[in-house]
Amino acid sequence: MPNDSREKILRRIREALSVTAPARHLAHGGDQAAGHPPQDWLPDVPESPDALVALFEKNSRDLKTDVRRCADPAAVAAELATLAREEGWKSVASHHFALGDDAMRSLGLPALLTDAPYEKAALERCDVGISGCDVLVAQTGGIVVTSASAGGRALSVLPPHHIVIATRRQLVGDLSDAFDAVRAAYGSIPSFLSFITGPSRTGDIERILVLGAHGPKKLTVLLLETP
Amino acid sequence: MKISLFIPCFIDQYYPGAGIGAVKILEKLGQEVVYPESQTCCGQPAFNSGYWDEARAVAETMLDAFRDADVVVGVSGSCGAMLKVFYPELFHGQPREAEAKALAEKTHEFSSFLVNVLEVGDLGASLPAKATFHDGCHGLRELGIKREPRELLRHVRGLELVEMGEAETCCGFGGTFSVKFPEISTAMGEVKCASILETGADLIISNDSSCLMQIQGLFDRQGNKIRSMHLAEVLANF
Amino acid sequence: MPAEAAQFHHDAERLTHDLRHRSLIQKALGGYYVKRDEQKAKYTSWQMARASAAAAKYEAVNHLDTYLLEFTAKLEARGTKVFWAADGAEAAAYIASVAREAEVKRIIKSKTMTGEEIHLGQALEKAGLEVVESDLGEFIVQLREEPPYHIVFPSMHLTRGEISETFEKMLGSAPADTPEELTMIARDVMRMKYCQADMGISGANFAVAETGHISITENEGNARLSTTLPKVLVSIVGIEKVVPKLDDLAVLLPMLATAGAGQNMTCYNTLLGGPREPGETDGPEEFHVVLLDNRRTALLADAEQRDALHCIRCGACLNVCPIFKNIGGHSYGTTYQGPIGSVITPHLRGLQSWKHLSFSSSLCGACSEACPVKIDLHHHLLQNRRNAIAQRPVWWEKPIFIGFAWFMRRPALYRMAAPMLRLGGPILHAIRGKFFDPARLWTGTRDLPPAPAQSFKEFWRARYAKR
Repeated sequence: MPNDSREKILRRIREALSVTAPARHLAHGGDQAAGHPPQDWLPDVPESPDALVALFEKNSRDLKTDVRRCADPAAVAAELATLAREEGWKSVASHHFALGDDAMRSLGLPALLTDAPYEKAALERCDVGISGCDVLVAQTGGIVVTSASAGGRALSVLPPHHIVIATRRQLVGDLSDAFDAVRAAYGSIPSFLSFITGPSRTGDIERILVLGAHGPKKLTVLLLETP
Repeated sequence: MKISLFIPCFIDQYYPGAGIGAVKILEKLGQEVVYPESQTCCGQPAFNSGYWDEARAVAETMLDAFRDADVVVGVSGSCGAMLKVFYPELFHGQPREAEAKALAEKTHEFSSFLVNVLEVGDLGASLPAKATFHDGCHGLRELGIKREPRELLRHVRGLELVEMGEAETCCGFGGTFSVKFPEISTAMGEVKCASILETGADLIISNDSSCLMQIQGLFDRQGNKIRSMHLAEVLANF
Repeated sequence: MPAEAAQFHHDAERLTHDLRHRSLIQKALGGYYVKRDEQKAKYTSWQMARASAAAAKYEAVNHLDTYLLEFTAKLEARGTKVFWAADGAEAAAYIASVAREAEVKRIIKSKTMTGEEIHLGQALEKAGLEVVESDLGEFIVQLREEPPYHIVFPSMHLTRGEISETFEKMLGSAPADTPEELTMIARDVMRMKYCQADMGISGANFAVAETGHISITENEGNARLSTTLPKVLVSIVGIEKVVPKLDDLAVLLPMLATAGAGQNMTCYNTLLGGPREPGETDGPEEFHVVLLDNRRTALLADAEQRDALHCIRCGACLNVCPIFKNIGGHSYGTTYQGPIGSVITPHLRGLQSWKHLSFSSSLCGACSEACPVKIDLHHHLLQNRRNAIAQRPVWWEKPIFIGFAWFMRRPALYRMAAPMLRLGGPILHAIRGKFFDPARLWTGTRDLPPAPAQSFKEFWRARYAKR
C-alpha cells in the first residue's frame, strides 16, 4: 500500500490556520443564532403525541409513503395479507424482530431471513422486504434504520417494496431526537444508520419526479396504536 | 442638516434627470441641498476590474468632496453601495481608512433616505401609467433596499404598479461586465426584458440608471416604444 | 488569453444564443423555486438556521486539523482504513491498489463530485477496471461521454428524447417517451450491477468528527446499494467536509435538502462508520475512507476566502445564478460550476488560468443570498479579481485604468466631457454596431442613450450661479 500524506496535510492545515478567518456569519443578526440550539430554527414540531402522529402522517404521505394505522397485531397481519394478495408476492424477505415475527408466521409465505448469511441475488428476487425500524421522525415524515433494527443494510433498500412495522411509541420529533434515541438504545451510533424519507425517487430527467429509481418504489409504514 | 448630493458620473453625463428630480424633491421637503462640484466618479469601474490602487486614487476625490458633509445622498444603488459597503474594504489597512468608514456611515441611497431618515411617503406626485419596478442588484442586496421605492411609488396618483416575475433577477449590466462579456450580458438583459413585457407595463422604473441604460438600450434596439424613468424622476412629478 | 478562458468565451457565446437551452433551463428550475420558497417558509427562521449552519462549518474548518484527527481515530477504531491523499494522483493510486489487493474487477460508483474532480473513474478504467455510474443523471452523462452539467442535477440539460436516443444507442433498449420508462430502463441495468460489483465507490456530504461517520445524502437509493452490496467500499472525502458534532447534521441535512432541491428532507441520508461488524450479515467487508487535499489547504490559507470551504455542495447558488442559467454548466469547463465553482476553481486549478470565471459575473449577489452556509460568494469573486490583477495586470487594461484615475482626479477636465459627448453622440449613433464603432461591445446588441441637453454639473452651475 502506498504511504499516505497525513503529516504533510496536517502541516499545511496548521500553517494555514495560523491566520484567523473573519467570522462574517455573525453579522446581520447572525450572532443571535448562537444562543439557541440549531433545531429551534427548523420547522416547528408539536408537543402532543397525537399531533406528532398527525404531523408524521402528513409529512410522510406528502412524499407518497403509504401510512396505515393498525389497532393491534392482528390488524398488521391482515394488512400484510391484503398487500400480499394485491401485489402477488411470491417471495418475501424479512428478519426476526418483535413486531414482525407473528405477522410473518401468519403470512405463511416462503421468507428469506437476513439474520443468517444470504445470497445477494436471492434478496434481489424478493418482492418485498419487511422490517422494523429504530424511530419514526415526525418533522421529516421518515424513519431511521440501523443493521440491528432493520435486518441488516440491504433489506430496507433492495426489494422493490419496503414495509416497516412500527409503533406510535417509536415516534420522535426531529433528527436531534432521533440521534438521542439511537444513542440511548445502543450506547453509541452504530456503523450503519440511515434516514429513509419516502420511496426512492429521482428528478434527473427533465426535473420530473419518478418513484423507484433504484431503491424501493413503495414504502409502507404499518403503525401500531398499541403498545 | 445639510444634504450633500452624490451624483454618479454616468448620471451626471447621461441621466441628469435623476439628479435634478432628487434636488426638486429634497427642496420641496424644505431641505438644504448642496452639491460638492469636485466629485467625479466613485471609482467602481476600476474596483470591479481588480485595479484597486487606481480605484482608490479616484475614491480619494470622493473622500475629499464629502469630508465636511453632514449627510450624503446618492441617486444610484450601485454607486451608493460602492461608497457604503466597498469603500471600507477598498481603504482597509490604508492611510485614509477612518475617513472611508466615516463616509460609508453617512451615505444613504435616495429612496432609503426619504423613507427611513426623512420618514416621508407621499410627495404629492402624479403620473398616470402602468409601471413595473426593477430592483437594481446592489441596492437590493448590498443596501437592503426593496420596500422603500415601492412605499414611495404607492402614493403616486394614477400610477399602477405591477410586479414582474423576474424583479430581483439581474438585468445583466454589471458595469464593465456588460462589455467584457457582452453576449452573457445581453442574454440576461433579454430575460429581464421578456419579464417586463409580460407585465404589460408601458413604463419601467428603477433606482439604478445603469440598469435602465441596459434595459432601455435593448428595448430601443428591438424598436419597442416602452419608456423608462429613474425613481426620482417619477416622484418629482408634482 | 489562456486556453481555458478562450474556451469559456467560445462556449458561453454559443449557449447564450441557444434559446432552446435557455427555455429548457428556465423550465427545469421554475418548479424548484416554488418548492424551495414553500419549504423555507416552514422554517421557524431560515435566516437564523443559515447562521447556525455557517457557525458549525466555521468551527469545523477553522479547527480542521483537530477534527480530522478525531474523525480518523473514530473510524480506525471500527476497523476502517483512512488514507490521507495530498492530491488526485495519490488518491487514485491508493484506490487502484486497494482494488488490486482485493482482486476487484467491477466497480459501481455513486455520485461524487470529489471523484469527478480527480477524474477517478477514468483513472480506474485505465487500470483495467469496469466502472459504472449508478446515479441516474451521472449514468446518462457517462453513456454520452459528457461531464455532469450541474453538481446536483447532472443531466438537467437533456430532454427525454435525447436520453431515450442515448439508451437506444448504448444499451440497445426500446424507444421510451416518459421519464418513468427511462428510469425503469436504468433501474433494471443497475440491479445486476449492484449485485455483481466487487467494489463500491462513494463520496460523502459530511464527515462527522464526534462519532467517526461519513454522511451520504441522495434521493435514488443508489448510494445505499453501492455502499452495501459490494465486498469493498471506498469513500472519497474532501478534507473540508468535516462537521464537529453529529447534532450539526440535524440542521445541515434539512437545509441541504431545502436549498438544493426544495425538499423537506432528501430521501436517503446514510451514516457509515465502519465495515461489516461481527453479527452483521451484510455490508462491505473492507471500508476505506480517502481524505483528499488537492489544494484545499491552499484555499484554507487564504483567510479572506476560507469560508468557501464551508460549501455543502447543495447547488443553490447555481440554481439562482443568471450567468449559470444562460451559459449552462458545461461552459465552465471544470468540475464545479456556477458561483462556487467561479470562486474556488482559481484556487484549486490556478488563478491566472481560471480567473475568467471570477470576472464573468455581474456581481448581483443572488448566490450569497441563497447560500445556506452564508459563504460571501460574490465578494470572493471581487477578491479573486483583485488578486489576479495584483499578480499580473492585463497589459492593455493597466494603462486605461491609470488614465481613468488620472482623468477622474481632475474635475475641470472631467467637466469638458459632457459637451464632447453631445458632439460625438450623433456620430456614434450613426456607426453603432459597425466594426469600427469604438463602443461596439455595447452597441452590437444595444442602443446607447442619447446625450442629454445638459449634464447635471451644467444644470447645477446654471441654476445656482444665479443665486
